Amino acid sequence: MTFDEIRAKLKTKTVGIAGAGGLGSNCAVALARSGVGKLIVADFDVIDLSNLNRQYYFYHQLGRKKVLALQENVKMVNPEVVFVPLSLKLDSVSIKKVFANCDIIVEAFDRNDMKQMIIETVQEFFPDKPLVIGSGMAGFGGNNLIRTEQHGILYICGDQQSEVSDVLPPLAPRVGVVSMMQANQVLEILLKS
Amino acid sequence: MKIILNNKIEFLDAEEVSFTELLALKNYTFKMLVTKLNNQLVKKEYRDTTFIKNGDDVSVMHLVSGG
Repeated sequence: MTFDEIRAKLKTKTVGIAGAGGLGSNCAVALARSGVGKLIVADFDVIDLSNLNRQYYFYHQLGRKKVLALQENVKMVNPEVVFVPLSLKLDSVSIKKVFANCDIIVEAFDRNDMKQMIIETVQEFFPDKPLVIGSGMAGFGGNNLIRTEQHGILYICGDQQSEVSDVLPPLAPRVGVVSMMQANQVLEILLKS
Repeated sequence: MKIILNNKIEFLDAEEVSFTELLALKNYTFKMLVTKLNNQLVKKEYRDTTFIKNGDDVSVMHLVSGG
């Protein structure tokens, strides 16, 4: 496919992103650059200085709502993207509502109980919707441990072992790699469908 | 019996095992697991009473925090 053909196809697609932290912000920008038509991004948080080591935000945006700052950053990259910012805390009820019309959902939470919640919610309410999860990206190094596993239409990107802690912080490279793997998986699913 | 575990063929020396037994047998010790049997989610509370038989397709995924 040429890039024009890719863009023409992606323009008709909608991707839901659950979380606008390290995974969600970087993934959203990559999908916008590729030409995805509509992004629905939900997150309740505001930008903290500690986020700038990996998330797609800038110093002057500190204190702002992540979804609104991300909308601004995405629009600077590709003004044609329809960006729907939702400043709310996702749960099984709101997920069912806000992602109902998405072609695919990207999980971009930080906590593993939230990752489990979205897997169970999508399985229950949207059993035919592909879901791309990030699991295991703390620390540095270990390039070749990061992979994608497919289980039906559930995709898991990451090493599935390195959990964030005080001595194993999330850093730009590994979080970035996993977020790009999620974006790449989204493109593969959308362009092959 | 022969099953598919995470997209790979595995042979187990048993006629039938519960999901909980399979996790112990294969040394899955992470606290947050997502388990599927024949593409259907098996919640934690049902692992003791869900049995895996010859030919089943089983998925076990680790969910770790970070993002």
